[in-house]
Amino acid sequence: MIEIRWHGRGGQGAVTAAELLASAAIMEGKWAQAFPSFGAERRGAPVQAYTRIDDKPIYNRSFIYEPDVVVVLDPSLLEGAELRDVLSGLKAGSKLIVNTKLSPKSLAEKLHFKGEVATIDATAIALEVIGRPIVNTAMLGAVVKTVGVVDPSSVLKVLEKRFSGGVLKRNIEAIKRAYESTLQEVA
Amino acid sequence: MAQRMALSTNYAIAYAVKNCDVDVIAAYPITPQTTVVERLSEFVANGELDAEYIPVESEHSALSAVIGASAAGARVFTATASQGLALMHEVLFMASGMRLPIVMSIANRTLSMPLNIHNDHQDMMSSRDCGWIQIYISSAQEAHDTVIQAYRLAERLDILLPVCVCYDGYVLSHTYEPVEVRDKQKVLEYTPRVERPHVLDPDKPITMGVMALPNYTYEFKYQVVDALKRVPKALEEVDAEFADKFGVKYGLYEEYMCSDADVIMIALGAIASTARLAIDNLRSKGFRIGLFRPRLYRPIPVELWKSVLRKAKMLAIVDRAIAFGGCGGPLFSDVATMFINDSERPLMINFIAGIGGRDVTVRDLEQMGLMAFKSLEEGLKEQCIYFGVRGVDYGL
Amino acid sequence: MSELKKWFELPIGCTNIEPGSSLNNITAGWRVFTPVIDEKKCTKCYLCWAFCPENAIKIADDGFPKTDYRYCKGCGICSNECPAKAITMIRQEV
Repeated sequence: MIEIRWHGRGGQGAVTAAELLASAAIMEGKWAQAFPSFGAERRGAPVQAYTRIDDKPIYNRSFIYEPDVVVVLDPSLLEGAELRDVLSGLKAGSKLIVNTKLSPKSLAEKLHFKGEVATIDATAIALEVIGRPIVNTAMLGAVVKTVGVVDPSSVLKVLEKRFSGGVLKRNIEAIKRAYESTLQEVA
Repeated sequence: MAQRMALSTNYAIAYAVKNCDVDVIAAYPITPQTTVVERLSEFVANGELDAEYIPVESEHSALSAVIGASAAGARVFTATASQGLALMHEVLFMASGMRLPIVMSIANRTLSMPLNIHNDHQDMMSSRDCGWIQIYISSAQEAHDTVIQAYRLAERLDILLPVCVCYDGYVLSHTYEPVEVRDKQKVLEYTPRVERPHVLDPDKPITMGVMALPNYTYEFKYQVVDALKRVPKALEEVDAEFADKFGVKYGLYEEYMCSDADVIMIALGAIASTARLAIDNLRSKGFRIGLFRPRLYRPIPVELWKSVLRKAKMLAIVDRAIAFGGCGGPLFSDVATMFINDSERPLMINFIAGIGGRDVTVRDLEQMGLMAFKSLEEGLKEQCIYFGVRGVDYGL
Repeated sequence: MSELKKWFELPIGCTNIEPGSSLNNITAGWRVFTPVIDEKKCTKCYLCWAFCPENAIKIADDGFPKTDYRYCKGCGICSNECPAKAITMIRQEV
């Protein structure tokens, strides 16, 4: 079982990204769960979402406290109380995937994080490709690349079911760009 | 063709309702139920479902509207949660009293105050003795299948009672997971339309929902008591027919490692899913513990429950609702009552947990199990534990 | 009073399956004052017919309203409403 915790802000699409990843795994015949941790939904408020993927049925219905992977959609979550939430429960071997301009090495140093780090300037990709700072699909591309838990083609198929026309095209482009440009490093 | 899809429980229910080809849907949006009827309204709008969708001004009206439609012979659906169910309360009794086969899904959510949109079972537990059949489910697949079974059960001429399918808000309602969406043709074969003895028909006028005086009211109420007695056997048959058709069987309850258990944990819905892992962990440490998940909760199949539970030395009953000022949670009270006249019966400890969406973790459930074993060895110090509330220490 | 039915002898669901069964309930015995219509004064405006809460006033072939005394409870609303003062309430000795 792999447990992924997504951190974002309301409106960035963390919940959708968690769900798209689970849908791709389910399409491959795996078992998966995706669920949000809602507060009162507000645009800009910190949100968490969760994805579990396994080869057998998943019984655990509580939140993810010791994630294998943490995905951060918004660099502003790397400070103060939000940073504590992001780093909470990380264990040896956990991966951190962050939307930032920093290199994996300098981010790891900044956070004093000892583990595998991947970084991607997802905001730049989203602004360039989608025209709005909605980074979830770009981050999904980074996750697929870094974690390798589903085949990239499954994610594209899920997207095709969900979107169409220009929106589909732009989001596929964002995923591909992110997949190609994600930087990975073990600190 | 059956199709394996990634669906939330809310959407899994919407697909089931669509494939049961309902005639009338009336609902009022309320979190965390809303996406059930939102999706259904899309099905009606895009022509996938040929039904009347009545957008009403309240939950009281939603149930009233489907009561009218059901009385006229239609297959109906509504859904709600929390304050919406509370607002329906007086109408609930009318649906069961009029013996209408209505199916309603409830994304269980706490009741205000404080205002909170998250899960516990307070809403349904506050309406549990209203003559409705109540089934608690613990996965999106089970929700999908149970809604289909619910129409079959409700419309049986020896039953004719409304059914609610209860599932934890957010924890299940908004969790995406794999769901085998049943083939529509097979669903329709499984739920054939039946001719009810009394429906509203201008050519054959009758009065439904009469006034009765003290000399007759009790007899009408007793008819509901009697019909509910037939439900466990009827659901077993409905479940067996479902297994023949779709290859899945749920039973009236689920038991896990109960046969040699000293302690049996009892929990409804999502908690019972997570609890399975706690049972595994405690078993690996040598504790003989099992899990009992009631599926049919109203009516309670008393002898069936007792046949599993009476073998244990201690029952650890987890309630996701508070019975303010009562003798323990509602599930605890039910289980305690069924053993009250037995000279030999298990000890019972009650845990109130998961209130207002408080997460119930594997570790929490392991701890409850350990507290039950400790109480078994050292004697019961506390009968009702408000588990995890900050500022209360039971010294266990 | 006729024998009360047992629970399994009743139609289910609080249903009355006998249409028009209120006709079996003769309510004449409730009456103390009886309305009597003076056809010399009656203008056939039918307000009495409209207002009768028991629906006990019918329009006869000659166009005059006639009270069905099997169901009239003697409430006097017809008399009160009659603009021509054509309906008198009379104490009826049994």
